[in-house]
Amino acid sequence: MPEIKHHLTDALLMAYAAGSLPEAFDLVVATHVSMCDDCRARMLAFDAVGGAVIEGTGGVAMGADSLAATLAMIADKAPEPRARPSAARAGRVFPAPLADYAGGDLDAVKWRRVGGGVADAILRTRGDATVRLLRIPGGVAVPDHGHRGMELTLVLKGAFCDGSEQFRAGDVEVAGDETVHKPVAMPGEDCICLAATDAPLRFNALIPRIAQSFLRI
Amino acid sequence: MVDAFPNADAQARTGRYPERESFGATRTGRARVAVAETLHRQDWIAELEAIRDRQDQKAFAALFTHFAPRVKAFLIRSGTAPDVAEECAQDVMATLWRKAHMFDGTKASVATWVFTIARNRRIDMVRKSRRPEPEDLPWGPDAEPGAAEVMALQEETVLLGKALATLPEKQRKLIERAYFGELSHSEIAAETGLPLGTIKSRIRLALERLRHAMS
Repeated sequence: MPEIKHHLTDALLMAYAAGSLPEAFDLVVATHVSMCDDCRARMLAFDAVGGAVIEGTGGVAMGADSLAATLAMIADKAPEPRARPSAARAGRVFPAPLADYAGGDLDAVKWRRVGGGVADAILRTRGDATVRLLRIPGGVAVPDHGHRGMELTLVLKGAFCDGSEQFRAGDVEVAGDETVHKPVAMPGEDCICLAATDAPLRFNALIPRIAQSFLRI
Repeated sequence: MVDAFPNADAQARTGRYPERESFGATRTGRARVAVAETLHRQDWIAELEAIRDRQDQKAFAALFTHFAPRVKAFLIRSGTAPDVAEECAQDVMATLWRKAHMFDGTKASVATWVFTIARNRRIDMVRKSRRPEPEDLPWGPDAEPGAAEVMALQEETVLLGKALATLPEKQRKLIERAYFGELSHSEIAAETGLPLGTIKSRIRLALERLRHAMS
């Protein structure tokens, strides 16, 4: 794993730990954290804040028979098996949380061509935010777009550049409200990204604006 | 914001070394309880191990008495109806029993682990599907964690809790609101009163361990 240079913000990690992100963003955060030990440690710190909040919370009394009821519940069910044994990471492009949503690794994705050689695959999530996989041929630009909300773009394979910044496997770009950005896949192999947005993108050129209606982004 | 917690850091310096030595010398659950008692705090790890190793109902009752009312309060505060919260808190505690063998003291304190189970349960209820969780990080060949790492993480967590407890009221309330789901991501991002730097500066040992883990 090459060194990751572009990380999640503290606000995103805290919101993920607090459980207040939409599912689409949860997926991008969980996938990035699977690839990034720095963000994992920060996430654990934000989880620990939740532990401190629970610890410091005055309790609400449980029902009188609650312990007995819980023990009965335990007796009814077998212990959980250990977490899935970590299959060899080598050769896999998608970390486990993404593979769960995509129904497998990169080779299982059912791509939909959306023009200009670009293909996408929308992953099903609840809530207003949406998340999809993007496949961009080397050297091709994702249409120029601004945002009304936030967009997270995580590189899974290949690389793209946006202005002077380069994003490689594991890097995540966090684009906010007023960001107008123009990601261009670096020459060479296809760039595979996981992109989540909480508002429809607004393309700055006429043709892509029409394209937006069928891109569903 | 780091300056706000000189006391917590001072305790880390004075408390660390004797504690770790005594812990390293004695690895049984009973000894671990004794060490915890001398520190006047309870980390609940011995109870969890007793459940894991011996299906110890007495240890479970102690955990239940401590955590179940807190989980219930957390769920109610996060918008769950009281009768649902009662049932759900029981469910969270039953999960604690069934997953006792999966607890990793190098990554979380027991309170933190309880929080993550309760949080995930709350999200699962709303979405009716499992929240995406990061893939477990396999420890590198030379990085198999030991008792010292468990203790280090537990210490850091206690210090974080103390640091949060001594925050000015306004900041503490903000953190609680965030964790009770009352602040959206954009509100968290826009809120300058949240002591994110403080939170980041803690759990540093966990960070160091993780840096070496992926090899």
